[in-house]
Amino acid sequence: MKSRSLSAYAFAYLAFLYVPVLVLPVFSFNDSQFIAFPLSGFTTRWYAGLAADTAMLHALGNSLKVGLITSLLSTLLGLTAAKAVTHYRLRGTGPALAFISLPLFIPDIVLGISLLLLLGAVGLPLSLAAVVMGHLLVCVPFALTVLIARFEGFDKNLEEASADLGENGWMTFWRVTFPLMLPGITASLLLTFITSFDEFLVAYFLSGTEATLPIYIWGQLRFPERLPMVLALGAIILTVSVALVVLAEYVRNLGVKKPMVGA
Amino acid sequence: MANRGRNSSQGYALLTPTLAVMALALAAPLLLMAITSLKNQSGLGFAEGWTLAHYGEVLGRASYRALFLRSVLISAAVTVVTVGLAYPMAYFVAFHTRRKFVWLVALTIPFWTSYLLRVFAWKIILGFNGVINSGLMRLHLIDQPLSFLLYNPFAVVVTLAHAWAAFAILPIYVSLEKIDRSLLEAASDLGDSALRRFLRITLPLSMPGVIGAAILIFVPTTGDFVTPQLVGGTKGTMIANLIEVQFNAVGNWPLGAALSLVGMAMVAVIAGLFVASARAATKAAR
Repeated sequence: MKSRSLSAYAFAYLAFLYVPVLVLPVFSFNDSQFIAFPLSGFTTRWYAGLAADTAMLHALGNSLKVGLITSLLSTLLGLTAAKAVTHYRLRGTGPALAFISLPLFIPDIVLGISLLLLLGAVGLPLSLAAVVMGHLLVCVPFALTVLIARFEGFDKNLEEASADLGENGWMTFWRVTFPLMLPGITASLLLTFITSFDEFLVAYFLSGTEATLPIYIWGQLRFPERLPMVLALGAIILTVSVALVVLAEYVRNLGVKKPMVGA
Repeated sequence: MANRGRNSSQGYALLTPTLAVMALALAAPLLLMAITSLKNQSGLGFAEGWTLAHYGEVLGRASYRALFLRSVLISAAVTVVTVGLAYPMAYFVAFHTRRKFVWLVALTIPFWTSYLLRVFAWKIILGFNGVINSGLMRLHLIDQPLSFLLYNPFAVVVTLAHAWAAFAILPIYVSLEKIDRSLLEAASDLGDSALRRFLRITLPLSMPGVIGAAILIFVPTTGDFVTPQLVGGTKGTMIANLIEVQFNAVGNWPLGAALSLVGMAMVAVIAGLFVASARAATKAAR
């Protein structure tokens, strides 16, 4: 078999994925304004500068707010829609699902611009609320995909058994449905939060004066002297999200054993 | 099934909020975009009356047509390269390793940081004093930094193939993982060679993942103006850059709306044709 060349390929591909990303931590500790080799020495001053940057902290706060609200709302909307299409036989389910998934087939820039036009037409200002609205478009299809996959592997007999054994609807939900859905809900919250937190194209048109973190980063990329700090920020985001993902996977595996759900 | 008839109103009630949000945030804005694209532009605002002139300009101007064509070609190249590179990787994880979970985590970690910075990193890699140039110079393979690495369509394709890799690896892996292993054994027992077995069973059965990955990559990359702007140079400019300029620097919203709608329609038609033909080809192969 060619299994040896295949594993050689796998490691080469892994290197292709990692080398550009490792640029971030490497230059974030490099004691020079210029992002070029050779490296000049070790420093943590870019991290110190970042901690004192109030504009960055404000943008970070905005992104956390938008990400949290977006992930909660899109998971809730995904949850109700997924329940509707998997537990009931409704007429028009196909077109409804196609409509909800439509943003997957439209470039993000078009979503952002069309919402910009809507806000202009009804006279609403650009704001973080507008960004949340745009992010819902991007995130609801993801949430729906993850949650439908979870509901389809769901044994309805368990709910019926609970009802037969005398639990009311509410207790059945809390003791049977919710625990079974929890891994799917966690995956959906995580996926939509990360998507919103990192979303740039839609936020670019809708955020107005309230920058989210990607908008802040985009602004900084124009100033060469700010770059090491931005790279330090990227290294921090990487570290924190890896920790979160590993933790979430660990929690998820404590529950029901099932193959990993793709993004 | 028990939940029919009496309960179906409950089902519709569950579906309504999501549909309402999508109608408000998707259908209404797109309709408004269509209306805007028909408005007359005067100076920095709209004028009275309606016109098809913007569509005439979008479709008529040779430079715009060239830009549309280039954007589609770049995104198609990105899709082919990304899926092509990711497929063997996903295949390796699905069939040739026991530690699947470790590999999947290792493959997704590079994506858990800012998209903008992942794109920007390639500017550092490919740049004049970048990783590649300084590496080659230290090895004395070149005397002068190579300047053809950055600011061209090639740089855009490489950067996007990196930025979107997870969107190819995961769907392809999921569809490979779902394949019933006994089918593969049966094919071998019946005398198929490894290659024939791959072409007749593995590849057709993994096509849903390949098609999904292709759509997930092709559609968004046509609308990305960040990557062309950071690493594309003038030869790597794409349609999204032109649209962005209409809405910000130029302020010609009707033209921007017309460009967006034509671009969107083009992407939808190409994606639809691709899905239909890929499905037909898969059926024929079986």
